Amino acid sequence: MLSRLLPHPLLTLALALTWVLLVNSFTPGQALLGVLLGWAIPVFTRRFWPDRVRIARPWWLVFFLLKVLWDILVANVAVAALILGGQRFARPAFVPVPLELRSELAISILANTVSLTPGTVSAWLSPDRRTLIVHGLRVTSADALAQEIKTRYERPLRDIFEPPC
Amino acid sequence: MENLTALVATQTEHLLEIAVSALIVIGAAFTFIGSLGLARLGDFYTRLHGPTKATTLGVGALLIASVIYFSTRGEGPSLHEVLVTVFLFITAPVSAHLLAKAALHLRVRSIAPPPLAVEGADAGQLRADVPRTNSAGRTESS
Repeated sequence: MLSRLLPHPLLTLALALTWVLLVNSFTPGQALLGVLLGWAIPVFTRRFWPDRVRIARPWWLVFFLLKVLWDILVANVAVAALILGGQRFARPAFVPVPLELRSELAISILANTVSLTPGTVSAWLSPDRRTLIVHGLRVTSADALAQEIKTRYERPLRDIFEPPC
Repeated sequence: MENLTALVATQTEHLLEIAVSALIVIGAAFTFIGSLGLARLGDFYTRLHGPTKATTLGVGALLIASVIYFSTRGEGPSLHEVLVTVFLFITAPVSAHLLAKAALHLRVRSIAPPPLAVEGADAGQLRADVPRTNSAGRTESS
């Protein structure tokens, strides 16, 4: 019963927040309208959202986002130096990263994270979703890069979305 | 006493102005370097790295500057820039991923040796209408 009235609580929250930010005013009336939209849109578009998003450890997600922001900052400077310093330091390579993640959302977030941190772009996901091919701008060791992505991003994402039962 | 508060107010205003200016310069610099990378790097795949940088740190710094500037004008906090960041951070990697995927599929010239797995999958996808067989010749049940 509750799942029919409120099929996607997280989507409701996100939509309400989006509405309040869009109108850029924090009056109770707009907040109420946001909550109303956040409730109505998931109910009427339920067919498009087959699975309910489950975040097992929301607070870890916050730490993960902060870590990614910091990595973006550091990596940006490194790649800017690479571009300005000339291409002779660039060693592009395609690096296959074997995936242990299974949930589609977690894989999407991993691929997006890899693309957002400069120096790596996620280029291709194998049809069986077990290998993500990453294009690196300066790869000295393919294994080291794959290992870094796995320990730095994939493991926290597993903890957040697919905790061991 | 009134002089002191006025002094503090002008000092804060100065500091804010410096912070906003610095953020705009940083953002513009990174956006420029990203575009420079787009123009200078060797092949399609390395050129993809330029825009991902411009949209992260470049636009990020400009948006923080915008938040600070409009929030300190006495009209209440302005946070809808956060949405711009969120939408950019969602869409930019997806478009980069699709560009790279399309390029791999079309065998665009690459400095780095292209991954072998793509060819196999492409071959498999071309014959998606018939049942796939594995190396032993047996039909896979998927």
